[in-house]
Amino acid sequence: MSLRERLASGSFAVTAEISPPRGASTDPITKTATLLRGWVDAVNVTDNQGSNVRLASWAGSLAVLAAGLEPVMQMTCRDRNRIALQSDLLGASALGIRSILVMTGDHPKFGDHPGAKPVFDLDSVQLLWTLRTMRDQAVLLSGRTLDPAPSAGCFLGAVENPFAPPVEFRADRLGKKVEAGAQFVQTQFVFDVPAFGRWMAQVRDLGLPERCAILAGVGAVRSLRALDYMREKVPGVYVPDEVYRRLRAVPADRTAAEGVRLAAEIVEQVRGIPGVAGVHLLVAGNEQAVPGILDGAGLGVGNDGR
Amino acid sequence: MTARPPIPAHPHLGVRVAYRLQRALRPNAGWRWFSAIVEASGPARAAFTGAERLVKAEVFGCRMCGQCALPVTGYVCPMGCPKELRNGPCGGVGPDGSCEVYPALRCVWVDAYERAASQGRAADLRLLHRPADNRRWGQSSWLNYWQGRDEGLWTSGLGEAGELPGADS
Repeated sequence: MSLRERLASGSFAVTAEISPPRGASTDPITKTATLLRGWVDAVNVTDNQGSNVRLASWAGSLAVLAAGLEPVMQMTCRDRNRIALQSDLLGASALGIRSILVMTGDHPKFGDHPGAKPVFDLDSVQLLWTLRTMRDQAVLLSGRTLDPAPSAGCFLGAVENPFAPPVEFRADRLGKKVEAGAQFVQTQFVFDVPAFGRWMAQVRDLGLPERCAILAGVGAVRSLRALDYMREKVPGVYVPDEVYRRLRAVPADRTAAEGVRLAAEIVEQVRGIPGVAGVHLLVAGNEQAVPGILDGAGLGVGNDGR
Repeated sequence: MTARPPIPAHPHLGVRVAYRLQRALRPNAGWRWFSAIVEASGPARAAFTGAERLVKAEVFGCRMCGQCALPVTGYVCPMGCPKELRNGPCGGVGPDGSCEVYPALRCVWVDAYERAASQGRAADLRLLHRPADNRRWGQSSWLNYWQGRDEGLWTSGLGEAGELPGADS
């Protein structure tokens, strides 16, 4: 069952994230995809995550497809202008990639080439709008026609950060993305479930869950070092003090296990929030945590919770 | 696109005054006539564009994209966003409302939301902005505005067809 079909059927969906290697081989992706097959409905393949050069997301997505799992190809606006972005959708659709996740992308300043020219020719709303127009109207941004248009099965996704200021505007911002063409959304890490619940209430008030499947981002903290890095270095990640204290309270050799337990609890909690269609496991580089999180949340293989 | 990189700027103009000016500057027969006269002469157009550049750079940190979004962004310039997001804010805003790229500066979209909301104009930020036309950099956005060339910059919704008439068409 494809991610789109899973979400349309109303059963709880699980996606995870794969970060391609810094090297010219898809083997690590194939290995991870094989590990995750059966556990998740689809895996995101990141697009030069954190502005660091990695194997291209389209190539990683093809490797995932070949490993028998559905890829969600991530596309950022950071490195390509409207010509390259539209061209990439045509290529992806032609080669069987269906789910595409659109985001603005981190600024180059945060990556391994801080002197790179930031492109940002389109923003995420405009890119969603463009891809939707290509698929549904068979035209480019220029108005020129496409023959054929990208597959009608192309499934467009977006991201949102419910916790970043201006918090009162974040549900509206998702509304803009839905209006532009987003059919599913994956959120930033949810560590603060009550704050996520408040955002979801606004999202429901706008009637968005009927038009767009909402997947809550959940991550497993591997170590205190990783937690500090996330708090200090990754833009837009909010870790409440309770979470920090809870993870600090266990001995260092048990931090990873506690991180998995915490993630499983968050999955269970967000699952109980009306309008949440699934979870997106932000576990790039820590994919072996996936079975533990899902088992802990009662969503494991063979469990009819999903 | 231009020599000046995008850096968040807080406007040196109160939002109430800005909205009052907006009413006075709205395109009408007078402004259309005036802008047509200015455009007809090369030197007049250059002088007017230069004056606009000076005033708007000082007041809004304007970089002369030539397709002004200020009327619907609480008069905070979105082209000062380091990602030049016209449908911002991005997800990297700090908990204190700071820009992720320039942590000492405030996110232009946080600023825009607060200013617009203070005047009951928060709904302006729901508008969908079409992609910018990069050929317009350096042009006078006031002349473009009065001549009606800005009418398609944003829209409230896509309707059934969901078409995106592009700046490139």
